[in-house]
Amino acid sequence: MSGFHGHSQPPAMAVLDQLLRQYVEYMESLRRESILDDQFTQLQKLQDESNPDFIDEVITLFFQDSERLICSMGTALAKRNVDYKQVDDDVHQLKGSSSSIGAARVKNLCVFFRDCCEAKNLEKCYRCLQEVQQECVLLKNKLNTLFMLQKQIVAAGGSIPVD
Amino acid sequence: MEAAFPSPRHDAFPAGLRVLVVDDDPTWLKILEKMLKKCSYEVTTCGLARDALNLLRERKDGYDIVISDVNMPDMDGFKLLEHVGLEMDLPVIMMSVDGETSRVMKGVQHGACDYLLKPIRMKELRNIWQHVLRKRINEGRDIDSHEVIDGLQMTRSGSDRSDDHFYSGEDVSTGKKRKESENKHDDKDFADHGSSTKKARVVWSVELHQKFVKAVNQIGFDKVGPKRILDLMNVPWLTRENVASHLQKYRLYLSRLQKENDLKTCFGGINPDSASQDPSVSFSSQSSISVSQEDIPNRNFRFSGNDLLAQIANPKVHEVDQQVIVSLPKEEPKRTLIAEVPNQQESRGMKIGFKPSVVPLGPQERFTGGFNSSIPAHYSWRGAPKVPFKEETDPHISLEDPSHLLKSTNSQPNLTGGQRTNSVEYKPLCADHRSNVAQASLVRSQSDLNGVQDKGNMVNYQDIQPIPVGSSSIRGQVFDLASLPASQPANGNLSSISRSPFRPSSEDLQIRWLQDDPLSANLGFQNSEFSGYSDPCLVAEVPIHLYDALRFDYEQFVDPTECSIIDHGLFIT
Repeated sequence: MSGFHGHSQPPAMAVLDQLLRQYVEYMESLRRESILDDQFTQLQKLQDESNPDFIDEVITLFFQDSERLICSMGTALAKRNVDYKQVDDDVHQLKGSSSSIGAARVKNLCVFFRDCCEAKNLEKCYRCLQEVQQECVLLKNKLNTLFMLQKQIVAAGGSIPVD
Repeated sequence: MEAAFPSPRHDAFPAGLRVLVVDDDPTWLKILEKMLKKCSYEVTTCGLARDALNLLRERKDGYDIVISDVNMPDMDGFKLLEHVGLEMDLPVIMMSVDGETSRVMKGVQHGACDYLLKPIRMKELRNIWQHVLRKRINEGRDIDSHEVIDGLQMTRSGSDRSDDHFYSGEDVSTGKKRKESENKHDDKDFADHGSSTKKARVVWSVELHQKFVKAVNQIGFDKVGPKRILDLMNVPWLTRENVASHLQKYRLYLSRLQKENDLKTCFGGINPDSASQDPSVSFSSQSSISVSQEDIPNRNFRFSGNDLLAQIANPKVHEVDQQVIVSLPKEEPKRTLIAEVPNQQESRGMKIGFKPSVVPLGPQERFTGGFNSSIPAHYSWRGAPKVPFKEETDPHISLEDPSHLLKSTNSQPNLTGGQRTNSVEYKPLCADHRSNVAQASLVRSQSDLNGVQDKGNMVNYQDIQPIPVGSSSIRGQVFDLASLPASQPANGNLSSISRSPFRPSSEDLQIRWLQDDPLSANLGFQNSEFSGYSDPCLVAEVPIHLYDALRFDYEQFVDPTECSIIDHGLFIT
């Protein structure tokens, strides 16, 4: 962690310190809960000066895609004759894109979701869809918090730790 | 431009390796692009298999390696793999999030030189140049690796034949290198097939392939061997190795065709009359194959080398695969279409020698509109406006699953009429720690839902939160059928409800949270998750424009008129 130079720090340092600590703790909790996994860290490592908004852009793309897919799944499940293959395809896509940003919980849900599609169990599929939606929302909130913290760290003169 | 990414011509191999990445997942495409650039490769990205093929055909020598996802909306990844292998003879790496052995095996069988599992790591990408090198070496066994690498440099730098820019930095005896480079200067064409120093990639043009097929059939497919084919073809600059590898791919290609034909016969879609009347409708060389291989009772197999010639000259040529689509009974041509139809333009360009059959399409079978209209293009990246609510534009049909094709013809596009009889009861699935979330957000969303629709962005977002069964008015669950009571207001409001889950905007969300709500509500939400994180000052200080980038605009995504269709289907029991 940067910024820690001794016992008596100027107030700015103390704030930064606290922010950094909170950030690290937050990230750890996200990992513990499988909200994000190592892939997210890989993404963070990819970001550099030439592309400072890389993660932002990637995350945006992910949510665009995931919401489109969730829509599509819902549409498919709502039909009279449910096309489980279609739903399965969508879930597979979601599984792929969630793996891209390290959204472990979403990805794991997709695995289960695909089983439900294979079993053509409508109720289970609906539940899966619901869960997936919830997980995406949750993820988005978490990421927002994370980015909030990052901005604060940067604003306080620090840099975001990437382990 | 990144400082760390020098011009490819001046850098040692493998820097500057020209990679074509094909993936319909925009997130992955972006990530892979970034990763490959970090490896100092030259990256081109593609969201569709068809576009990839076009790119490859336009610049025949423009790429060193192709990386493609297995699942693509417009074409099966394995099919793309075959095409690339046959036409361009480039190494292809497959990727997927699905690592089932059977899939991997299929990839290898179709000629993939590697199969990567997503999420892909940097180190895996760093190594892909090995496949390029290996392929070159394997194709010309009498060439040593240095020459191959030089050749690669040459290919890459095109007309830049200056000695200075050649591959350096490795342990190459400069004397030998100089001599080699001089040879290359002299060889305008890759003439010396025995001792060719520059091993340029052979492009199997139409004529070349015709000769090949002719030779194969003359010899007899079961007796065929690269040497004999080479002799018959009488192409001086072609090597036995070139022919051998092409033969291998050809065999793969034919066996796949056969499988598809088997499927076709299964579904009884083949119209023998049309096939037999039209001499140009045939699978080239199938007859000889079917004789030598299993007894395939497929009456459509007829071979004629001349037919092949005629077909290829025919500007209306389409790929063989199309035949499968055409012959399946279909009520909605557009649906079946999307899987395979190639671009019209490319058939005119005709640099590939591999279009053994022509299917003169009748008017009802004209697929061009559906396929070339960039429906898949709309769909894949930006969340095409119409897609979620219209059945026609369904890019997910894959050719490999004909049962799906058949099934699809039954589904009705209309979601109206409230014909759903099964009611699915929702129990909240949220885990314990999230129930707080639900409550916190539920309170707010209930009050806001009845408000103006346009401000619904935030609300909508909230609606996605899990809602306990029994809660009366809001059924924010998108697809929660049964729990919507009849007391729901008329369509006007319904559309706001239904639209809601599709229009979350996190930016608005954040803004709302900070502006309208007491911080405690916001924090309450956050804090329920992470106990160690309860400093209100943190959130208070944060500026409004938290997360500009995280905005996904659903304006284009959702067409209000279409929502009402959904309403009927989803919310009326």
